[in-house]
Amino acid sequence: MSTIHLAINGKPYTVDVDPRTSLLTVLREHLDLTGSKYGCGEGQCGACTVLIDGKAQRSCITRVGSVSEKKITTIEGLANGDRLHPVQQAFLDVGAMQCAYCTSGMIMSAVALLEKNPHPLPNEIVDFMDGNVCRCGTYLRIISAIQKAAKATPETAAAKGASR
Amino acid sequence: MNERRQLQVPLEPERYELRAASPYHFDLDRREFFKFLGAGLVVVSVLKPVVVAQESGGARQRRGESLPQEINAWLHIGENDKVTVYTGKVEVGQNIRTSLSQAVAEELHVPIEKIELVMGDTQLTPFDMGTFGSRTTPTMNLQLRKVASAARDVLINLAAAQWKTDAQHLVAVDGKVTDPQGNRSVEYAALMKGQQLTETLPAEDPLIPAADWTVAGKPVSKVDGRAFVTGQHRYPSDQKLPQMLYGKVLRSPAFGATLVSVDTQKAEQMGATVVHDGNFVGAAAPTSQLAEAALAAIHAEWKAEPQISNKELFDYLRKNTTEGKDPTGDGDRYETGSVDQAMNAADHQLKQTYTVQYIAHTPLEPRAALASWDGDQLTVWTGTQRPFGVCGQLAEAFRIPEAQVRVLMPDMGSGYGGKHTGETAIEAARLARAAKRPVKVVWTREEEFTWAYFRPAGVIDVISGIRKDGTITAWEFHNYNSGSAGIKTYYEVPNQRIVFHAVKSPLRQGSYRALAATANHFARESHMDELAHAVNMDPLEFRLKNLKNDRLRAVFEAAAKQFGWGETKTQGQGFGMGGGYEKLGNVATFAEVKVDRKSGEVKIARVVTAFECGAIVNPDGLRNQVEGSNVQGLGGALFEAIEFDNGKILNDRLSQYRVPRFSDVPVIETVLLDRKDIPSVGAGECPLIGLAPALGNAIFDATGERLRALPLIPNGLKAA
Repeated sequence: MSTIHLAINGKPYTVDVDPRTSLLTVLREHLDLTGSKYGCGEGQCGACTVLIDGKAQRSCITRVGSVSEKKITTIEGLANGDRLHPVQQAFLDVGAMQCAYCTSGMIMSAVALLEKNPHPLPNEIVDFMDGNVCRCGTYLRIISAIQKAAKATPETAAAKGASR
Repeated sequence: MNERRQLQVPLEPERYELRAASPYHFDLDRREFFKFLGAGLVVVSVLKPVVVAQESGGARQRRGESLPQEINAWLHIGENDKVTVYTGKVEVGQNIRTSLSQAVAEELHVPIEKIELVMGDTQLTPFDMGTFGSRTTPTMNLQLRKVASAARDVLINLAAAQWKTDAQHLVAVDGKVTDPQGNRSVEYAALMKGQQLTETLPAEDPLIPAADWTVAGKPVSKVDGRAFVTGQHRYPSDQKLPQMLYGKVLRSPAFGATLVSVDTQKAEQMGATVVHDGNFVGAAAPTSQLAEAALAAIHAEWKAEPQISNKELFDYLRKNTTEGKDPTGDGDRYETGSVDQAMNAADHQLKQTYTVQYIAHTPLEPRAALASWDGDQLTVWTGTQRPFGVCGQLAEAFRIPEAQVRVLMPDMGSGYGGKHTGETAIEAARLARAAKRPVKVVWTREEEFTWAYFRPAGVIDVISGIRKDGTITAWEFHNYNSGSAGIKTYYEVPNQRIVFHAVKSPLRQGSYRALAATANHFARESHMDELAHAVNMDPLEFRLKNLKNDRLRAVFEAAAKQFGWGETKTQGQGFGMGGGYEKLGNVATFAEVKVDRKSGEVKIARVVTAFECGAIVNPDGLRNQVEGSNVQGLGGALFEAIEFDNGKILNDRLSQYRVPRFSDVPVIETVLLDRKDIPSVGAGECPLIGLAPALGNAIFDATGERLRALPLIPNGLKAA
């Protein structure tokens, strides 16, 4: 057990855990931030995706001890009060979900993509998002949502959302 | 085949998992009962189990699909102006929370935002068999429309009485009853004043015709979509209670193994609650890590019988039929005309065998349950398509009446037919009983791959006789194990023999979206393609020549038009089709593939599906279902297969079991045929069935190589 300090969605947290514990377990069990989902436990499905210093990472294979100095953003920290992040809004507008269990991870990955590449081509979206699984098969709608968010986003908004 | 005959096709065949034996037989340590219920209740509790086991069995039989006739069982108008609707159906991603809200909004004439659905809560909602078989739209949508329509009439009459006027002059608009002549209106909430709508549904009540719909029939986005894009929605695996423990269950190293010995001492010393009851061994602890560590500290020895591997599967299925005992409860044989005679008289005969492998549903959210006991009352939040079924399973496992069990189903991370049973509910409840605290059990992906049930594997033999002019005269079809859904042919053949052969399956098997219709359509539609080539006919022309069903012809023709069937191909390109009807819907899917003969790579370039399910309730939700069916269908068609040996699953992880990803998805075009003159039916399953044969037929068109096994290309095509 160690005391670990975390900065999540702009707020400080302290947890007493084994530093080898996965970030996903800490988010869900210790901090009750359940928007990040368990899907496979081996970084294969992307349902647990969070941003660590703006980069999309699989929290199920990230040890909590390795992220104590870093800025962590989860799905719960993406909206600005009542105002949704453009990517969230685009997923809603396009209806890019069915059961939506993958949606948090999809949105976090998409935010990271748009931060790096604000106007991605369809094949760039496919390449970047290929580690995120949607078993309901809404991939084409997710691509449309990302394109819509890219179009709607003023050049820097995606980056702002990600670094908040 | 005409409309009436189509309706006679059995709707709910082969749900193997519902007839499977209970997963656990608990002894339920008497001391646990004793402590649990308190000293004063000892005598009662010891006598109780025998009596209630009978009661609960009886209760399960008693409940049919008859629907309560009182409006207040389904709908309540609150003083706060909110309309609460109660249904035993559940939301698993198929978007019925939205489509059912639309149905109520349409008939009740209230804004959709004012409607809230309570779904799948066994205490609050009317009994429901379960959310499967594409039944929600044809049954529940219709039921709630009737309920809302009756409620509207009651409200109008209440206003008429209040104003002492004729109800004929009044109209219901936007959550109010309005008197256009008297220039007055009153809110529903003010009329009801929180009272129950105790009236019963009238026998005859004309509903608004689909052609006049204003809310239904329109694309409406997911009613609670915001909760999902913000991560606020609590799925079953996200549920939490104060004092809750995390539970883990010890798994045997092989299917059907029995526990020889177990040592739990070390685990108990770690501070976990450890339960050993029959073949059940589990641990619960304040953190999942401690529960896992405790489980790892348990030493257990198991004994298992040798079992077959997937390499011997198809030979095994043929040799292990259980003739005469059809576990599906349906007729297993359909015969008309004289098949043998017609076969001998035919110009051409064709005999081919098609196979399908076991596949896993792989819902992204694995099974999960949170169980809490309050005295002898059990409450369980769990992800299931059958909350009432799980309620019955819990009552049986703990030998308590169903009335003492409440199951709630928070909108879950999908099921696809794979979450009909209550394993995690029982496991969590067993641990919670011993721990005397709420316990949550969430399966790992490996557990989900191993201890859930699979879509049945199968072997299908098709023997056909055909005249030179392309008329099919004889049709014989034998399905071993995979199931009887969609087994009958919709092509006009005077002489048919269709047999389903039940088999003692080596793996636990059960329902999967579209059931065996996928396998049976794959075999039939591939065979149709082979026959067309045998008589040198265009595959579309050949199908239409043998097909009278107008609705099915219409989807084939619509898909062909959109696809551009008959256009010339380029090198390596191939076109194919497959279609049929299932769950009262009609589908035709056309596919375009591109094959690189050098590398063996097959690219699915484009898929066009035409679908018709009567009057469309929500075109956007419907498109989403059709697209999703095609994407999910790609997996089973191209590469998904469970590998197993000696009672173990060998590919029990997502890194070993390939599911469709972004890069697998082709261009998908969906053509919806809106038949406002036909009652709406479901769409979650039927659109899946055309894809596999369309792909197989397209690969043949490109390469001349006929693939008769699903998955078609788990390792690509062998390089030419």
